[in-house]
Amino acid sequence: MTNAQAFAALADPTRRAVFERLAGGPRAVGALAKGLPVSRPAVSQHLKILKEAGLVTDRPDGTRRVYQIDPKGLGELRAWLDRFWDAALDAFKAEVERQVSKEEETP
Amino acid sequence: MNRAIKPAPIRKSFTLRATPEKAFAVFTDDFGRWWPRTHYIGGSPLTGAVIEPRVGGRWYGQHEDGVERPWGDVLVWEPPHRLVLAWRISHQWGYDPNLLTEVEIRFTRLAAGETRVDFEHRGLERFGDSEAAEHTRKSMDGGWGAILENYRAAVAA
Repeated sequence: MTNAQAFAALADPTRRAVFERLAGGPRAVGALAKGLPVSRPAVSQHLKILKEAGLVTDRPDGTRRVYQIDPKGLGELRAWLDRFWDAALDAFKAEVERQVSKEEETP
Repeated sequence: MNRAIKPAPIRKSFTLRATPEKAFAVFTDDFGRWWPRTHYIGGSPLTGAVIEPRVGGRWYGQHEDGVERPWGDVLVWEPPHRLVLAWRISHQWGYDPNLLTEVEIRFTRLAAGETRVDFEHRGLERFGDSEAAEHTRKSMDGGWGAILENYRAAVAA
């Protein structure tokens, strides 16, 4: 599986939503499906594609399967960069707002 | 059948209560003011960060040990609407002049003094072109994982 294919797997918004939920920690299909506007079988299908792309791994836990981001895959890097840019851009936004507010206070 | 695969870039969009001129200026001239001090490469703490204001200008961190550590360079400089930076920090969290991923920021004027910011980090598949994933994993777990935790703690405080 090439990296390009791995990232292509994330081009689908629903699949990305599933993947981003896994950034918060390992989850079973039922928990992942909760709050998403798609059926549980659809979530399973997305997980299958993410797994084939090397982005997530799964392990059995009793009768269910638990999914997590594959720590060996590029998925971890993408998830990291995604959070990283959220944090950096929040800081940028705060600085712009701070400066604008300050200018408005000055007559 | 051969299908062209388009990797998914990281994209962020938001609105600012400021003009594009102001937004562009803060992003570039004041880059060192807002860039999180917890995000840097190398062992010495970050004291500042700079985007040189021209095409070909450098984009780098300033460090306590006096060394400037490059991250990349300016590819497009079109104030106040568009900025494209080369992010040449590899999968191994080191500077790699041969790596090219692109960070593009667009500032679009909206009504009533607001600006829409569209951010994109693309070419992510090129991270995989460099060295073995084994080394990457190690440096991510040991280095940036810890840095990110510090950052989270600082934000939460």
